[in-house]
Amino acid sequence: MFRYLVMRVAGMAVMALLATLVVFLIANQVPGDPVLAQLGDLAASDPNMVARYRARWGLDRPLWEQYWIFLRGIFNGDLGISISTQRPVLDDIRQYAPATVELATISFLLSLIVGIPLGVLAAIRRDTWIDNLARFISLAGVSSPTFWLAFIMLALFYGGLQIAPGPGRIDLSVMTPPSVTGLYLIDAAIAGDWEAWRNAAAHLILPSIVLASGTLGLITRTTRASMLEAMTQDYVRVARAKGLRERKIVLGHLLPNALIPVVTLGGLAYAVLLTGAVMTETIFSWPGLGRYTFRSAVALDFPGIMGITLVVAVVYLVINLLTDLSYALLDPRVARERAE
Amino acid sequence: MSATTDDATSAWRAGRFGRWRRRFGLAAFGAVIVLLWIVIAILAPVISPYPFEAVDVTKRLLPPSQLHWLGTDALGRDVLSRLLWGSRISLFAGIVVVAIGAVLGVIIGGVAAYAGGKAEELMMRATDLVLCFPPIILAMAIAAALGIGVRNTMIAMLIVWWPKFARLARSLVLVQRSQEYVEAAVVMGYGPGRILFRHIVPNAVGPLVVLVTLDVGQAIITFAGLSFLGLGVIPPMPEWGAMVSEGRELVDQWWVATFPGLAILSVVVGFNFLGDGIRDWLDPKSRRQ
Amino acid sequence: MNETAPLLEVRNLRTEFLTDAGPVRAVEGVSFEMKAGETVGIVGESGSGKSVTALSILRLLADNARLGEGSRIAFRGQDLATLDEDEIRKLRGGEIAMIFQDPLTSLNPVLRISKQLVEGMLAHGKQSQAEALKHGIDLLARMGINAPERAVAGYPHEFSGGMRQRVMLAMGFANNPSLLIADEPTTALDVTIQAQILDLLKTLNREFGTAVLLISHDLGVIANVCERVLVMYAGEVVEEGPAESLLADPRHPYTWALLNAVPRLDQEPPADKRLTAIEGMPPDPSQPPSGCRFRPRCPFAVEKCGEHPHLLPVEDGRRARCWVTQAGESLLKPAAPATAAATAPESGQPILSLRNVVKHYPLRRDAFFAPRRVVHAVDGVDLDIRRGETIGLVGESGSGKSTIARLITRIQKPTSGSIRFGDVDLATADRRVLRPLRRRIQMIFQDPYASLNPRMTVGQILSEPLRFHRLVRSQAEANRRVGELLDMVGLPTRAAERYPHEFSGGQRQRIGTARALAVEPELIIADEPISALDVNIRAQIINLFVGLQQRLGLTFLFIAHDLAVVRQVSDRIVVLYLGKVMEVAAARDLFAEPLHPYTKSLISAAPIPDVAVERQRERIRLTGEPPSPVAPPSGCRFRTRCPIAQGICAEIEPPLTEHRPGHRAACHFSGQM
Repeated sequence: MFRYLVMRVAGMAVMALLATLVVFLIANQVPGDPVLAQLGDLAASDPNMVARYRARWGLDRPLWEQYWIFLRGIFNGDLGISISTQRPVLDDIRQYAPATVELATISFLLSLIVGIPLGVLAAIRRDTWIDNLARFISLAGVSSPTFWLAFIMLALFYGGLQIAPGPGRIDLSVMTPPSVTGLYLIDAAIAGDWEAWRNAAAHLILPSIVLASGTLGLITRTTRASMLEAMTQDYVRVARAKGLRERKIVLGHLLPNALIPVVTLGGLAYAVLLTGAVMTETIFSWPGLGRYTFRSAVALDFPGIMGITLVVAVVYLVINLLTDLSYALLDPRVARERAE
Repeated sequence: MSATTDDATSAWRAGRFGRWRRRFGLAAFGAVIVLLWIVIAILAPVISPYPFEAVDVTKRLLPPSQLHWLGTDALGRDVLSRLLWGSRISLFAGIVVVAIGAVLGVIIGGVAAYAGGKAEELMMRATDLVLCFPPIILAMAIAAALGIGVRNTMIAMLIVWWPKFARLARSLVLVQRSQEYVEAAVVMGYGPGRILFRHIVPNAVGPLVVLVTLDVGQAIITFAGLSFLGLGVIPPMPEWGAMVSEGRELVDQWWVATFPGLAILSVVVGFNFLGDGIRDWLDPKSRRQ
Repeated sequence: MNETAPLLEVRNLRTEFLTDAGPVRAVEGVSFEMKAGETVGIVGESGSGKSVTALSILRLLADNARLGEGSRIAFRGQDLATLDEDEIRKLRGGEIAMIFQDPLTSLNPVLRISKQLVEGMLAHGKQSQAEALKHGIDLLARMGINAPERAVAGYPHEFSGGMRQRVMLAMGFANNPSLLIADEPTTALDVTIQAQILDLLKTLNREFGTAVLLISHDLGVIANVCERVLVMYAGEVVEEGPAESLLADPRHPYTWALLNAVPRLDQEPPADKRLTAIEGMPPDPSQPPSGCRFRPRCPFAVEKCGEHPHLLPVEDGRRARCWVTQAGESLLKPAAPATAAATAPESGQPILSLRNVVKHYPLRRDAFFAPRRVVHAVDGVDLDIRRGETIGLVGESGSGKSTIARLITRIQKPTSGSIRFGDVDLATADRRVLRPLRRRIQMIFQDPYASLNPRMTVGQILSEPLRFHRLVRSQAEANRRVGELLDMVGLPTRAAERYPHEFSGGQRQRIGTARALAVEPELIIADEPISALDVNIRAQIINLFVGLQQRLGLTFLFIAHDLAVVRQVSDRIVVLYLGKVMEVAAARDLFAEPLHPYTKSLISAAPIPDVAVERQRERIRLTGEPPSPVAPPSGCRFRTRCPIAQGICAEIEPPLTEHRPGHRAACHFSGQM
């Protein structure tokens, strides 16, 4: 088991490195000139300015040297300085990450808490109203474009009915709680500031529902399908023959089997939520990584793009690894393969 | 299970028939929606009441009315016409990306799986690499690198899309390869090409068709999303995602952003019904004996 | 309670399934009784309704099943058919326990054995978790599992089939049931393990006094365990009586047919090697025929059989549903055909020779430094196949017999060794050299459902080889030849337009045979071709093979795990164990004087459908489980289970030596058991 872990982590590191190379090459294919984008036309017409700018950012060095600088930087914990914000990319990421983590985590939990029971009920009460409801919700969740759903929610509940707070994490009039983790809900609780807590929670409601919708659909569908599959297995009949109650069969026998594919999918879904909440963050003016990524991309901010891609790839790989490990924990047949 | 009663039996019978009809009905419904939109896309130039680029500042942001069924946008353009024209790009992008991605992925994945060994390893690593990235981020990065425009965005999406088909094709081929009818073909002396394409592929095609159908919907959403972020179409070309983006601040003039989104929703729902229907039809377990 | 009152009384049980195509009656008016401590068997083929009957007792059927009006299932006087779900749940796993066929899928793979063992007890009794666990460990020990404390903490996939079935039995007996229903409990197990489990069942019946209702298609298993037997056909009981007299002297033509379709391990097969098979198949359950349901296939049918017979007594304690035997007469035995002197097929150069063939499969290993683990599937096999003969290759699972088939046909390449066919070594030949040889060696596969391409019509499946090997020059010629092939295997020409899923298992095997014959091979390898088929269909297919061989002068390598079948069709027999040959001999010699202890154990373990014989037989019971092919024992592989193993068996591997003319065995003490 330990050997397996070491191999996987090593493989992961290689992948992450390859990922940075890929991104670096992509970023350098950009037809636009970042210099022009940053300096503006007036300054860019002065060749001296351009040259100084280039030298400052190392854009005059050959390609491989730029990459080498970048790699060296990583091992020192330095991801470069963002061209647009003039700050270390790492600092930028540290600033924006908590907002995304908070939003993504709440959304994920929401989709699990609603999605799994819904899927289970849909399977054991197949073709009844609850099954149809579950399928409807899944369908709606999977078919609605996130950016549009965000708009609809905002327009309806904020613009129309006026019961939801506006964009952003917290009202401007309310003081943000002193930063411990960067997650407002936790920080406010630690500081005992319940007004801030309520305000932050209210702001979280709409965006997390929107973000959760897609994942909810997927989780419900997967849970339902894997429950149905498990229900056809022989051991269910054996359990019944032993005289167990239906509820015990569902919770004790079916669920442990049915949840295995859901865990795998869930891990992936969480990773996607963490790294790809661009649309939702844009519409709700959420100061998170998604928005930062988008801005870097549009501004052709190389360090920003590469830094964020590296972070994103690492997060993705780590979560995949954790998911795989939990799969091994849950399914003893797999654990045996791995350990041999 | 209990002793038979007429009520229980006829209720059960009615239930069975209803289930069957419903399943088949949903798939047909989905097919109708999809066909409808395809027809609209083809006929858009003919059936649009107004040209999609006709700017008229005097008619800005009019609510839905007799003249403009879906209202006008910030530049006075008719939303309905832009919607109809937009279907051409959205549908085109979604279908083409998935079609090419599927063909590419299946060939790469299928051949690699059948050949096994180094080729298979290589393919798995390549797909792993692509799958390292969240799809949106990668598509964004590539689209940003290549420049905006429909073609470049589609290429970006293609790069992100083929791995999942390669993976699926691989697992399908592996399952079939260990079946005895494939062994019989080997014993008969057929070559690997014949076995793969004449014997295995027809048996593996089912789940692929399902995935392709369902994925067109996802591709349309993704393309619209990229356009929403400004990476897809170049204005003034109408595209549903871009239209939502234009209207996203306009909370009071809700029609500008709402209708394009509904269009996306309806198309995707159509493909989902169709795909689910095909899946149910192919799955022997859903037929009770 | 009255001692002689029946424990279980089933009256007029009717079970139907509501399907899309309408209601289907699976069980049609079955009635029988069981006394406390009695062992009763229900025998029949698939579709007979035997399993459905068993499942109906505990109401474990699918949602779309219904018990008919007037069905009565009285257990200790209480009618189970009218109980509600909660009440019958109390009986399940309590007074009445049930075990099923496939121990692999019957246990939940993600839960520990302890949990699965204990939950049944907790659901019924008032024991604490700790008490239940202790009881469970005791039960496991009772069922013959070593180190039960350790076993209990494990997961199902860590155990072999036999051990899992013991766990199932432990689960069944957890709450001291008075009735155990066993639905094909040994069908998925190897013969030697089956013998252990059947012995265990009998012991439990004796010691606990639990009545056993055993469902099986195997008459030998029934003869081994049961005092009374019910024979079912097309949803009805067609004969009932004490096992001994029923099996020796059947009073229903179906029972008669079953008994004659099964090859006898203890008898010399007839010279023409044929079995008495009756043609046709059981009727479609959604459209039962009027009159006697067996009539379309019955060799004894008379005018009166157009009227549906009732189950009436034919003798003391025996009943039969047949007009012909009503008067109390026995059915005629088929004429005992002459067992001619064994005609040895022409000896001379063998057409296929295996020398020291080895196949090792590497297991996946994630670590660098640990040694590679390897499955020793075939570990040095020598074999000669002579022209025109049928060689039977027999062994249990893990013996390597299927692997050998795949090595000869080069579906896989041997790790080492040679396979000479003519002047070519099949083991190392490349594709170009192999291609023309493909015509000459063909294979018939085990699984009729997976061996035909579901997306091709029968005609396409059969004409593709013809065209590929250029045996025909036009489509018309191909069609003609396809028609001839179908005729040769007993199928109508129309079959060519149909798809495989429209045919039954037996018909599909015929199609597979036709495919193999299409290229006019010299050697046909049949890999367990009848294991997946019903008893009667097996007999039909065996007769088909035998007939084809005689007509076309084919050479056959017949692979099976059933010794009786192998005896029926083979001229010579090779016994395999864990990848090595244990014994080779002419069929008659092998059974007259088995030299190797393993052969003797195999013969002794296989049940025979004759109660008197079963009782008198010499029993050699192998203990324990077969060793893992990943780590085969040193020296003689069989020594870990061999009753006469000595020290030398662990040190020196016994070579395959000729002890009698044409009779070789690999044992230091051959013939001494």
